[in-house]
Amino acid sequence: MATILVHVMPKPEILDPQGKAVGSALARLGFAGIESARQGKRFELTIDGEVSDAVLERVREAATAVLSNPVIEDVVEVTVVEEAAL
Amino acid sequence: MTARIGVVTFPGTLDDRDALRAVRIAGGDAVPLWHADSSLQDVDAVVLPGGFAYGDYLRAGAIARFSPIMDAVVDAANGGMPVLGICNGFQVLTEVHLLPGSMIKNEHLHFICRDQTLRVENAETAWTSEYREGDEITVPLKNQDGQYVADERTLDELEGEGRVAFRYVGFNPNGSRRDIAGITNARGNVVGLMPHPEHATEPGFGPDSVEGGRTGTDGLAFFTSAIKGLLANA
Repeated sequence: MATILVHVMPKPEILDPQGKAVGSALARLGFAGIESARQGKRFELTIDGEVSDAVLERVREAATAVLSNPVIEDVVEVTVVEEAAL
Repeated sequence: MTARIGVVTFPGTLDDRDALRAVRIAGGDAVPLWHADSSLQDVDAVVLPGGFAYGDYLRAGAIARFSPIMDAVVDAANGGMPVLGICNGFQVLTEVHLLPGSMIKNEHLHFICRDQTLRVENAETAWTSEYREGDEITVPLKNQDGQYVADERTLDELEGEGRVAFRYVGFNPNGSRRDIAGITNARGNVVGLMPHPEHATEPGFGPDSVEGGRTGTDGLAFFTSAIKGLLANA
C-alpha cells in the first residue's frame, strides 16, 4: 500500500477569496510577519499495490481531469509516500 | 401541441420544483428527469436547475457532470437542443465544458440573496428571444460560488462574439469578471446564468416590482422563448 498526495492550488492569476480571508484573519489575530495566504486542497489517494509509472500516469490524469478544474486551478504537486510516512 | 421541457434532479438539487412549475406556467409540458437515468425521455429542451448537487463537494458541479444523464444532455446540446443552466446548473455546464469559464467563491465570501437587476445583452439565444436586447429584468440571485471567472482571451472572445447573454446592472454582487451574469455558446442553444429566472414567473412569488410586492415575473420569458422557438421549428 502506498499513498499518492495530490496538491491543487488556485491559479496565481485567479483571486483566492478564501486565502485572502485567512490572510487577513491571521494578521488580525496577531500572527505578525505573515504577508498573505493562499488556500488549496490536498488529496490523499490510497493505492492498492505498487505505484508503477502507469499508475502514476493515471493519477496525474485524474488530478487534471477530475480533482482540479484547469480553468481556475493548477495541480502543483503529485507525490508518492509510503503509508508509514503519513 | 406544446414543447416538452425536462428538468434534471441531482442529489442536492433544490430548485427543480420551481423550474418545473415555471415551465408549466409558461405553457410547456414539464418533464422531471433523474440524474441516474440515461434517457432524456424525448424532451425538446433541458433545464439544469439550481441547488447544491452532490453538496458542491470537490467543486460546484464537478461531480454532477459525471452523472449518466449528462452524457445525454451533452449529446443533445451538441445537436442543438436548448439547454438552460441556472446557478448550480450553470456550474455544471462549465464543468462539463458546454460553456467556458468557471465560478469561484463570491469575492466577499458571503452567501448572497437579493433581487438582482440584469441587462439582456443577447436576445437571440434559444432562451432569450422573447426579450429585446438592452431589456433590464429583475430576478432573484442566491449563491455562494457565483463569481464568474475566465482568462482574458476567453472573456474577449465572449464579448467579441456577443456571447455575454446577461450582465449585472448597478451592482456586481459577487465580483464576476466584466459584470457577467450569464453566457451562451456560439450556437445560442446553451445558456447559463447565476441568477434565477424560474423564481420570477408567478405573481405573488416573485421579486418586488413597480406593480407591488412580489409581483415580478421578469423571468417568465426565458421559458416562453424556448417554447416559442421549439414550436416554430416543429
